This record gives sequence, structure tokens and C-alpha cells, in this order.
Amino acid sequence: MTRVTKFSGRDAGPSARMAGFMAHLRDNGLRVGVSEADAALSALTQVDAYDPIQSRCALKAVLTGCAEENARFDDLFDSFWMNGGKVKERVMPSLNSLSDSVHSSRSAEGEQAGGGAGEATAPDGSDGEADADGEGKLVATTLRQKMKRDLRDVVQTDDIREAEEIARRLGIALRHRRSRRRKAAQKGDRIHFRKLIRQSLQTGGEPIRLPKKSRPDRPQKIVAICDVSGSMTLYAQVFLAFIAGLMRSDDTADAYLFHTRLVRIAEALRDRDPLRALGRLSVLADGFGGGSKIGESLMQFSRTYARKFVDGRTVVMILSDGYDTGSASELGEAMRLLKKRGCKVIWLNPLKGWDDYEPVAAGMAAALPYIDLFRPANRLADLAALEPELMRL
Amino acid sequence: MDCTALKTAMAEQGYVASDDLAMAVHLALALGRPLLLEGAAGVGKTEIARVLASVQDTKLIRLQCYEGLDASQSIYEWNYQKQLLSIRAAAESGTAKEAEARIFSEEFLLERPLLAAIRQDKAPILLVDEIDRADEEFEAYLLEILSDFQITIPELGTIPAKSRPVVILTANGTRDLSDALRRRCLYAHVGYPDRHTELSILKARCPDVEAHLANQIIGFVQSLRKEQLEKTPGIAEMLDFAAALMGLGVNDLTHDPAILQATMATLLKTESDRFNITTEITQRIAGKAA
Repeated sequence: MTRVTKFSGRDAGPSARMAGFMAHLRDNGLRVGVSEADAALSALTQVDAYDPIQSRCALKAVLTGCAEENARFDDLFDSFWMNGGKVKERVMPSLNSLSDSVHSSRSAEGEQAGGGAGEATAPDGSDGEADADGEGKLVATTLRQKMKRDLRDVVQTDDIREAEEIARRLGIALRHRRSRRRKAAQKGDRIHFRKLIRQSLQTGGEPIRLPKKSRPDRPQKIVAICDVSGSMTLYAQVFLAFIAGLMRSDDTADAYLFHTRLVRIAEALRDRDPLRALGRLSVLADGFGGGSKIGESLMQFSRTYARKFVDGRTVVMILSDGYDTGSASELGEAMRLLKKRGCKVIWLNPLKGWDDYEPVAAGMAAALPYIDLFRPANRLADLAALEPELMRL
Repeated sequence: MDCTALKTAMAEQGYVASDDLAMAVHLALALGRPLLLEGAAGVGKTEIARVLASVQDTKLIRLQCYEGLDASQSIYEWNYQKQLLSIRAAAESGTAKEAEARIFSEEFLLERPLLAAIRQDKAPILLVDEIDRADEEFEAYLLEILSDFQITIPELGTIPAKSRPVVILTANGTRDLSDALRRRCLYAHVGYPDRHTELSILKARCPDVEAHLANQIIGFVQSLRKEQLEKTPGIAEMLDFAAALMGLGVNDLTHDPAILQATMATLLKTESDRFNITTEITQRIAGKAA
């Protein structure tokens, strides 16, 4: 291999280059941090670091964490270290600008999505637009203004109150998932031996009372993802009321909405005043009633929020008609990733209520194998009727 | 021992590892970090631990994970029957006072794999098999043990590690593992081997197979993996297939279609795969492999 990248003579040395490589990986979506950089450097001391094959294998073992990253690593390694003599960008001019160049990574948007909850609820991207071009900004604003709908007109507060009750009942129905681990309990099917021994010490080895243990009920979390694209406008009233009710009745629930992008609305909807909550939501739901990119939005969800908030004890509820302007394969892939978190997936489709409905939309067909429960819903009553089915889930 | 030496040592034990994998194992040993192996079933993830144990000439301690696995099955448990008898004996001999201190001592402690692993004189290989089957709580518990290698038993106090075990975790992707666990581990993805590697594996494991038949077997299995199957056959299946052919005295795959179809039981493990891979298809693949 003679295609090793020639770095600028002003580079501060091998560790600075490694830091540059870390920044390169981070830009490309690998989750590497300071501790990984540290581990990578100590790994290189264990191998012949001048041998590209050995150092590649070593860095691969340390810096990747899943099959997908593993597969991409070779290309990333080549583009940085084996760039045929060219330096693509000035990697690490000096050490003191290190932190600076890490923050100004190109994938700022991706980072924001992966960041904390508070950050993500803020409407993103608007600042960049404004700075870029004065005129462009004006045009964009007027366009957006037309698309903006005040959700307070769409959703009635009475509905929210009714939805709150329904959501509370659904929450209870879902709660009946029993743990496999036993805990001490008043009544139970097994003897709690540890307790028994302790108690029988007082009675000279005669177990007088038999303490029991049983499987406790574990709470399940609901994560609702609502489609508010143009084709769903009719049903948005019901679904948003339901989600608003859900958020108010269940502290652990989480909610998102999407049209062409995904927004987390959990914080906004927890506002004490339902009307104000909807007002805050309107700000976030900029683009409401526009096109829909289900695949892309769900993919974003699976890659970012789902990693933090979705686990084996989560029920993901997707409220959408499945009409997608994106590719069906992306939706299928997004659902596969989501399902791998170990959650249950419920898809409520308002169109399924129609007599001769078949899930023929390519996206819907691709998602179907990953769905545990596929039901119609376009009125609050339909949602209420889900209760017995959720019990069985 | 450097990476190539390790690779050779593993090959001597009959395990042919790829460069990536050998390096990951080498670093896990050198840096003392846990190694997470991911890959489809039957590609030899568990086998690595076994081979590594014999290369290092040390004990292999295995913890098989399942949903609901808890501390009493993975770390320690008290021997309740013995405790009860001991209390009664103490009550009869009038030494009930001392009984409490005695029954919560080493003598009454049942070691489970995790506790056993940190109490060995010589660092063992700890294999945490199919970690993705255990639930999130267990993952969190394991993280704690992997970071400080000590276990606290309320009645006995903290037990520090006598030696730090080499930890190997395997997963085959039934669910995602937490980022925290992934970050603590080195990672290697174990895939299906290429033709050359698989041939060396077959030669290492079944030295009696003739070169001609060995080539046919590998060619056949490699092309079979390219078919649309529900369960792609792994290395273990390939070895079973070879053993079956040997047992039946077959020395050429193309000779008897009926026998070949019968031995497919070792490679195809679902009803629909058996149904879809008909005699014609096996003959076509075998013909190409020959």
C-alpha cells in the first residue's frame, strides 16, 4: 500500500492526526468520543502501527460498535489515511483549535437530532437560512406562513378532555405486562427463600410464616408518532387530541409528529394549559399539512430518539395512512431498525376503516411484517375500542 | 503474544480466524477490555471463547443468557436447604446465637458464573453467551461488573476480583444492545467465511475429507448461501454436512441425487427452505460446485 495520505508538515504529530481521524469518523456518523480516542491510541501501541493492515484492523475493533459501522469503517479509513497522497482538507492545523474544529462539524443537523430532548424541541434550521441570504429568507417565510395552521383551530379542548380519559384507560390496559423476575410480595406463587431463612433464625430453624414472591406488573411506555401531512389533515384533529390527552394522563409517554421531518412534541404537550400546549405545538408543527416522508422521518426516529427512549417495554404507536412520497424500502428498513429495539409496534391507519381497504401502498406493504397490531382508527371511539386488544398485546 | 502468533495458535486448535477477528481478540487480551462478537447463528462466535481458553490454557466459564436472568442465577445464591438444616442443628445444640453469623459465610454460598469468574486464581475466559436475550436490567448489572470487577454481597461484603477475567460477549441481533455496553467493549463482526477460509476450517476440523470432496462441499455450501433462504447455513451446518457425507461414504456430490437431498437435513433447518430447495436446485448447485 503506497497510497498513504501525505499530511501537511505543520501537523502536530500522530495524536493530532488521530484526533483528526476521530473528527472524520464523527462527521460520518460514528459515535466516537474521548474515551474511544484514548482506547484507539493505546490499541495502536499494541500493534505495529506502521502496518496499515494491522492498524486498520485494530482501529476497527476499537472504534466501531455495530455491524453497520463495521461495514462502513474500511471506506472511512481509506478516505482518511489512504487518500493517494492528497490531503483532502487541512486536518489538524494546530492543537489549540482542536475543540473548535470538532464542533464545527458538517453534520451539525444530525448532531442536533441526536442531542438532548430540550434542544430538539426548538424549531431548527431557521437561523442558518436567515443568515445565508436576505431575500431568500423573505420568500421562504411567506411560503411557510401559508402552510402554517394554527392547531388551536383544528383541535377542540373538549376533545382533549375526552381523549385524556381514553388515553388513561389505554395506558392501564398496556400496563398488564408481567415481568419474568420475581419480587417479594404479599401473595405469590413461589417461596421467598432468602426472607424465609432470615425469619426462621428467630424461631430456631422452624419456618412458621412462608414469605412469598411473585411476578410484578411492569409499566409499559407508549411512544406515539403522528403523521400530520396533507393526506392526514382530516384525521389530525382526532389523533392530536388523543396524543395531547395521552401526554397529560401518562408521565412516561412520549410523542412525535412528522410531515416532511420529525419533531418531538412531548415537552410542548405537557404544558399545564391545554390551549397553550396546542399553541406551542403549532410553532413546532411548522409545515403541517404538507407532504409526507414517512420512511425518512421514521428512519430518523429509529436512529436517534429510539436509541434512547425505546426499549423492550415500549409500545410504539404510529398514526398514519402510509401514503409516502419517499421510497418504500426506506420505510421497511426504518421499521426493521425500530423493531430491533425490542418494542411492540401498533399502526393505526384511518384508511383501514374503509370497507375495501387493502394495504397496497408500497410503503404500508413494506412496513406490515414489522407491525404487531394493525387497526383502523379515525374517531376517538375507535381508539377507545382498542383497549381489549392492547390488553392482549 | 502478538496478533499473528495468536492467529497461528488459534489455527492449531482448529479455529481459522479472519484478520479482523484475530486482531480484535488480540486487543481484547492486550488492553483487558471485553470483546463483543456479533454475527449470525452458527458462524463460530461461541467457539472462539472455547479455543481461546485452550490457547491460554485456562478455564472457560460460560453464562448463557435468557430473558428474566437475574442475580441468583448469574452471580450467587445462598444454599437455603443447608442453611435451614444448620439453623435447626444450632437450635438443638443451643448455639442459635452464632448461627446467624455462620450461615451467611462462604460455606453456604453457591457460586454462579459471574462470581466464579472473578474468584479464579488464573484469569479465566468468561463467555457471556447471547447477551441480547437477557433483558436491559441484566445488561446494566453486567456493565457494573465489567467496569470494576467486584461483586457486593450484602451479608459478606465486597468481593474484589482475584484476577481479571477475559470477557467475551456474543450477540446475534435479536435486539439492539445499549450504547453504554457497546462503548465498553471492543467489537468484531463475525460473518460467513470466504471460500478459502472455509476450506481451511473444513480441513482443520475434518482432516479425513478428500481434497476433491472438500472443494465440492465448500463450493456447494457457498452457493447455497446465495439462495434466498430463511436460515442461511453456518459453519456448524457445513461441518455436519461434511460429517454426514463422510458417514454415508459419499465421495462425489453429483453421484446420487437422492442421498444429496437426504443430507440436506443438515443444512436446511426450516420447512419452507426444505420445500424451496428442490432436488433440481441441489443438483444444479452441486453440478456447478463440481
